[in-house]
Amino acid sequence: MNPQELLYAETHEWVAVADAEGGKVATVGISDFAVESLTDLVYIQFSKSAGDAVAAGDTFGEVESVKAVSDLYCPVSGEVVAVHDKLADKLETLSDDPFGEGWMVKLKITDESALAKLMDYDAYKKMCAEQ
Amino acid sequence: MPYVLNTPQDQADMLAAIGVSSVEELFEMVPAELRLDRALDIPAAMSEMELTAHMQALSGRTRNADDTVCFLGGGSYDHFIPAVVDYVSGRGEFYTSYTPYQAEASQGNLQAFFEYQTLITQLTGMDVSNASLYDGGSSASEAVLMCIGATRRSGKVVIPACVHPEYRQIVETFLTNLNVQVEVLETPEGLVQPDQLASILDDTTACVLFQQPNFFGGVQDMKELVEITHKAGALAVVAVDPISLGLLTPPGSYDADIVVAEGQSLGSPMAFGGPYLGIMACKEDFVRRMPGRLAGQTVDRRGKRCWALTLQTREQHIRRERATSNICTNQGLFALRASVYLAQMGPQGLRDVANLSLQKSRYAAEQISANERFSLAFDTPTFKEFVVRDAAGEVESLIKHALSQGYFAGVPLGQWYPDMADCFLVCVTEKRTKAEIEGLATCLAQAPANAAAVR
Amino acid sequence: MRNTLATKLLFELSQPGRRGGLMPACDVPEHSVDELLPGACVAAEPPPLPELAEPDVIRHYANLSQQNMSVDTHTYPLGSCTMKYNPKRNERFAALPGMANVHPYQPDESLQGMLQLLYEVQQILAEIGGLDAVSLQPAAGAQGELTALLVAAAYYRDTNQTSRRKVLIPDSAHGTNPASAAMAGFDTVTVKSTPKGYVDMDDFRSKLDETVAVFMITNPNTLGMFDRLIKEIADAVHDAGGLIYLDGANMNAILGITRPGDFGADMMHYNPHKTFSGPHGGGGPGAGPIAVRSKLEPYLPSPVVVKEGDEYRLAFDRPKSIGRVRSFFGNTGVLVRAYSYIRTHGPDGLKRVSENAVLNANYLLSRVKHIFPVPQGDRCMHEFVASASSLKSEKGITAMDIGKRLLDFGFHAPTVYFPPIVKEALMVEPTETESKASLDSLAETLFRITEEDAEFLHEAPHSTLISRPDEVKAARDPVLSWQPGTQA
Repeated sequence: MNPQELLYAETHEWVAVADAEGGKVATVGISDFAVESLTDLVYIQFSKSAGDAVAAGDTFGEVESVKAVSDLYCPVSGEVVAVHDKLADKLETLSDDPFGEGWMVKLKITDESALAKLMDYDAYKKMCAEQ
Repeated sequence: MPYVLNTPQDQADMLAAIGVSSVEELFEMVPAELRLDRALDIPAAMSEMELTAHMQALSGRTRNADDTVCFLGGGSYDHFIPAVVDYVSGRGEFYTSYTPYQAEASQGNLQAFFEYQTLITQLTGMDVSNASLYDGGSSASEAVLMCIGATRRSGKVVIPACVHPEYRQIVETFLTNLNVQVEVLETPEGLVQPDQLASILDDTTACVLFQQPNFFGGVQDMKELVEITHKAGALAVVAVDPISLGLLTPPGSYDADIVVAEGQSLGSPMAFGGPYLGIMACKEDFVRRMPGRLAGQTVDRRGKRCWALTLQTREQHIRRERATSNICTNQGLFALRASVYLAQMGPQGLRDVANLSLQKSRYAAEQISANERFSLAFDTPTFKEFVVRDAAGEVESLIKHALSQGYFAGVPLGQWYPDMADCFLVCVTEKRTKAEIEGLATCLAQAPANAAAVR
Repeated sequence: MRNTLATKLLFELSQPGRRGGLMPACDVPEHSVDELLPGACVAAEPPPLPELAEPDVIRHYANLSQQNMSVDTHTYPLGSCTMKYNPKRNERFAALPGMANVHPYQPDESLQGMLQLLYEVQQILAEIGGLDAVSLQPAAGAQGELTALLVAAAYYRDTNQTSRRKVLIPDSAHGTNPASAAMAGFDTVTVKSTPKGYVDMDDFRSKLDETVAVFMITNPNTLGMFDRLIKEIADAVHDAGGLIYLDGANMNAILGITRPGDFGADMMHYNPHKTFSGPHGGGGPGAGPIAVRSKLEPYLPSPVVVKEGDEYRLAFDRPKSIGRVRSFFGNTGVLVRAYSYIRTHGPDGLKRVSENAVLNANYLLSRVKHIFPVPQGDRCMHEFVASASSLKSEKGITAMDIGKRLLDFGFHAPTVYFPPIVKEALMVEPTETESKASLDSLAETLFRITEEDAEFLHEAPHSTLISRPDEVKAARDPVLSWQPGTQA
């Protein structure tokens, strides 16, 4: 996916919204900036599975580096339709292709209002530069 | 002030370098009204020679296993400690070091922890051991907390009455504010009855905390009990006596999920209850829920095998309120002692210690119960402990009498089991000789009893 | 000089048939094991432990020991850990038969010397803390925290204040504080700190309300600063009906100078393995006795030691007690050493300990502040936190690089990256048992390191047995025990 066309949360998740049968589906991952600042990732764990209802701001899992843990937050409310479990066995995907094969969950959006709170690419870049 | 190196001249030079005129000035950030305006009301200083005499006097007023023949058990045991254990743990490079945060300067400790972890997996047959916790009781309670997290069941945990009552008390203390119930499974026959176990479990049960050999010394086939537990969707935590594993089947072989143990019997002194060693080992699936330090193998930048603390994101210094536990350190020195003990004993040595304990305790049980006043409370196989019932119901005076004759005869059980006020727990380790055992039996047989109390 | 066998594992040294410990023959009539135990319970073989002879064991561990830095061999300025000298007399006393070979279930009458010692420790710790009652049961500082919070919870339950759910914890606190609060069933609320590590009073006031159960505070704080407003903070918490918990990690700065009970603490723990000379044992054992105000005394764990006339006994009959947090009495062996240390010093001696600990820290600070910024200023108590952040931005040298390079010069590293409120933190606690000369040498070495090439420092240490371990590999692919068939 082209990072410039994605939406971003303050907590560094990216969101790609696509039309699907019966509504919209959000694909969620974390940005290259997040992956880099976490340095060497060693573990990922998902706390949600397909079928779970989630609200914007809920955690859906966590990533760990050697000396840090970061929560992963749902940027929108919806129902989990897919979890990228295989990432756990190929964590290098997160640094190799954070915006593509590094996707983490797909959510069927039930409430689009949270989308309005997300940043576009330029705003997100600006935020990262300030950190 | 034997341990301070600064001379008056040093102090003067240092104060000048800091730019203050007195030590007092350094404490300027402590508001005057909060200062203690008198000397602490504690005893005056003593020289090493005076203190030695004082400590020897205190020691002299404490009976101990050197001057009194010890038949006490219940989780703390008078096993033999080989000299190598004291030699190794007495090396300053071990006992005056700290947690191996700087792996390059702590390979000795890290390798020792890695070896300890391996020895514990060999002993228990489990996948993974941590680098130790405080003691058997806190290992048991930490294991219960792991099970509540892993099963996401927070209705209750089941603890049979034949499990160490202090373990149960600790679990109860820890669960009070977490709204998880502790349900006691009665064990009037001194063992867990499978059908009664099955009926007490439900779909809110996180785990069962078993003990093998149990607090009364009883040994039973654990396989069926673990199966029943798993069938109910609960996890099986088994507390073991590590010495018994010289003979008994390892808990890994009967599918235990978490094994905990009091590690004191592996080369540490009884020391009035501590410090001891909390052993914890588990199935691989639970490793990220495990509390405590873990040493892991890795390589350095030149590709050389080495060791480092690992999976630290479980721990409080990173995860804070969401850590697996608040536990900060392990019991490094006592894990070391256990390792040296196991290395020295080896497989056959450990089997010999276990077998001697078994044989001698059986002999003691026969000798004591030969007198009609005493009987064995349970008709179960036992390892190194057994429960004696005093028909006279005068356990307290019996223990007192034995003490006057030079024996610690046993642990009265009434303090934990009101219906066993006429019972005491006797433990026989490999250290007890035939003469000592017969001496105890004679001493108990000759103890005065109030005839009216004999039932 | 180095023994190349030294890094072989016990399991790689094992030779079938070697024996270390030999047991005597059985002197009682022997039965076959199958006669005594159910067949299903008996293992066919003993556990697959390594087979070694005694000289194997000793050479192995003697060599391993030499791969450690320790207080006996090195300056060990590990901040927050109080790595002071561990007196040898303590070890001798703890090994006396009436200390070491005592069973926890002996009758009280056989324990009078031991119980007297423990009773005196209770009294002494109450006096040093300015509090009323002591439990010696907790096995470590973290367990002391948890125990005290359980005591607080019991107190609130007993006084019908169960709506008090919150524990306030400064962001500069040790991680054990929030972890203990969570284990005790409380909700944790973080209070901000100022750059000097003091409680941010505005943030504190905004979070203080009638749902606060406990404010856990470390004073002196983790930057080694004494919070002047501690009394004001304590008064505010008390006015709101809450309790103050003092994390006693830094008691080495204030022995006989000021007392937690006098500055508002209602509960505290001690770290006897730090303040009262340990030893640290490669990561334990410690102990975590707690002291509390009299209104909390009924809730302390059981048993406690009481004195009746000239007799001492263990008191179990305490109906409001929270119960037990560990088995048996507690980490008695650690308390025996603490007692020995305290009796060696007496009241004046303990005060001198703190004075010299603070003098040493301030002296080192005065020498180091020209090399590294010390955000907290020119003064400290027993420790201070320097920052390598400007070195990092100017030369790319990190706190970790400095710590690792110090190992080459024979100094243990300071605590790095803690507390989290200081960037590139180097937390230095020299303790009172270092000399001016060793502090001078440490300061000179730190200066010399900052002049070194950054690339060279990234590769440090250079002279230790191993270079930096690959921690990513260790965590990604955990190898937590030796497997047969693998070799070095």
